Amino acid sequence: MFNKKSLEDVATEEKQWQKLFKDYTLKAPERLKRFSTVSDKAIKNIYTPLDVEDLDYPKEIAFPGEYPFTRGVQPTMYRGKLWTMRMFAGLGSAKDTNERFHLLVNEGQTGLSTAFDMPTLMGYDTDSPRSRGECGKCGVAIDSLKDMEILFDGLPIDKITTSMTINPAASILWAMYIAMAEKRGINRRIIGGTIQNDMLKEFIAQKTFMCPPKPSMRLITDTVEFGTNEVPRWNTISISGYHIREAGSTAVQELAFTLADGIAYVDAALERGLDIDAFAPRLSFFFNSHLDFFEEIAKFRAARRMWARIMKERFKAKDERSLWLRFHTQTAGCSLTAQQPYNNVIRTSLQALAAVLGGTQSLHTNSLDEVLAIPTEEAATIALRTQQIIAEESGVANTIDPLGGSFFVERLTRDMEEEAFEYIKKIDDMGGMVAAIERNYPQMEIADAAYKYQLQIDSQEKTVVGVNKYISEEDIPVEVLQIDEELEEKQIKWTNEVKNKRDNNRVKEALEKLGEACQGDDNLMPVIIETVKEYATEQEITDIFRDVFGIYRDPGVY
Amino acid sequence: MNKERRVRILVAKPGLDGHDRGARIIARTYRDAGFEVVYSGLHQTPEEVVQAAIQEDVDMIGLSSLAGAHLYLLPRVVELLREKNADDIVVCGGGIFPQEDIPKLKDAGIKEVFTPGTPLTEIVDWVRKNVSPRG
Repeated sequence: MFNKKSLEDVATEEKQWQKLFKDYTLKAPERLKRFSTVSDKAIKNIYTPLDVEDLDYPKEIAFPGEYPFTRGVQPTMYRGKLWTMRMFAGLGSAKDTNERFHLLVNEGQTGLSTAFDMPTLMGYDTDSPRSRGECGKCGVAIDSLKDMEILFDGLPIDKITTSMTINPAASILWAMYIAMAEKRGINRRIIGGTIQNDMLKEFIAQKTFMCPPKPSMRLITDTVEFGTNEVPRWNTISISGYHIREAGSTAVQELAFTLADGIAYVDAALERGLDIDAFAPRLSFFFNSHLDFFEEIAKFRAARRMWARIMKERFKAKDERSLWLRFHTQTAGCSLTAQQPYNNVIRTSLQALAAVLGGTQSLHTNSLDEVLAIPTEEAATIALRTQQIIAEESGVANTIDPLGGSFFVERLTRDMEEEAFEYIKKIDDMGGMVAAIERNYPQMEIADAAYKYQLQIDSQEKTVVGVNKYISEEDIPVEVLQIDEELEEKQIKWTNEVKNKRDNNRVKEALEKLGEACQGDDNLMPVIIETVKEYATEQEITDIFRDVFGIYRDPGVY
Repeated sequence: MNKERRVRILVAKPGLDGHDRGARIIARTYRDAGFEVVYSGLHQTPEEVVQAAIQEDVDMIGLSSLAGAHLYLLPRVVELLREKNADDIVVCGGGIFPQEDIPKLKDAGIKEVFTPGTPLTEIVDWVRKNVSPRG
């Protein structure tokens, strides 16, 4: 991009400028000993063409919608269609969450995203002793198809797409969604949405588990295969870096481990005999947008370029859509503070802006009170408005990839790609991500990074406004949403009613059939759908999975 | 008081909540501060936590909870310790707790509660001041 003569001129001038800079700092020193990103990557005082002197525009950057998609996966990006504003919501009972969904859709939200409570996430019914005290606390409680029917009652699921954050029990909740749609007369080929269904990052970071890694991979591959053939508008895995980052990883670790997980899922589907271009276009990604503005933008750009290269060079994908890294973003929950909670609106705005400048396909913005509890309606509305202001007032969506070509951003993008590929090489050498997880490798890398960051906060090397600097004596109270303490009892009673009304002989037969299917190699999705249609509960199904596939227990390393 | 022995701490994650970033940082912090540390790993029932505490003969249990079930899980651990006549084990909690829940936790016998943003040194100092090896 730069000719030799002009680079030489820049080099001469930079030398002079660096001397000038140094002279100034002799009089007044720099305000920090070392400047670094939130991930502790050292940052220079200035970036020039010399930092990207061999930058090859067509090969490395190209145009939106062109390989390697650094500037975006679609040619028109936000000039054509804005990102989907998809607020994660779920609280209390299915009826409570259904009301919140209607509110968000009425306020202009364009996609649904479901948060489940801990028992649902872990594959336990509300009446399990392990579920005590957890019902409806951090999401909606779903025990059976009946709850799923109430959850989406009156919502236009033939027009709106639905994302469900569910992992160990993804196949079951997805089966319930398909069954619910079909009971409403909506064909499974029409419904669109995403199940998270990314168990590898659960073992690495989010830690909702049920069965060990290998059978978990079988369940996931069953959903990928079934989706490819039967539910073509569904994203069957959302390969997630979000939780890896929340667990304390650096930006490069988030990028590397997420793509390494993606590689493992592709390998598993290829082993199943699927054609790469039949399933790869339905793989989607989910990233965190953290505090460090430019580092995050570079991460999103690097992710697109890396995945395109992996799919083309490593997996020989031919369909262009297989090369696209389409991603959802959530602003960083772990960056929010309970102290001075209104500051969280500002943090979230900056993080949302980084996600948009990074070219996200959909976005959840955290609410200011999310650090304390499930958001109130008012706080969730401010968070949605934040996206609408960025989209329709700030002007940042007027042109595509506005930071492309910035010496700093291009250099950071390239550095992150290189460093992440080094991690991927290490994981390949260990035998892939499943083997790496069994050795606790990514888990310990993240624990090291998290501990280091905490020590930097404690020593005030890193600033957290309102926590280790600019502390206010007075607490600003915010209203916190309360979950009905009687909900647990009501939900147990309700599920018992469902159990009494269903045809229990048919449930028993379906469960027996499922148990046999688990022993074999056939795809489990059709029989799971049949089973949920009989109103078998989630745990009646997961008990079979645990029984046949075994239980994974946290190795408890720190 | 037994001066020979170092303070032994069980860092535990009761309930189904998988957020273990804090618990693992605290476990390392206690270890680096010279305490003996046992980490339970995730997804423990209160019964399992109490059993581990007694088996490991700890002086303190640090309970981490970030998914809203603290008002059941933390008091339940204290209650079970009482039943087992092991309530000389100090119990404290860390995690995300709405302000109005903190007095409820303390009334239930949780000796101290640490919320996000508390410096690690402050937590270690608190342990040094308030926990000593059980006789």
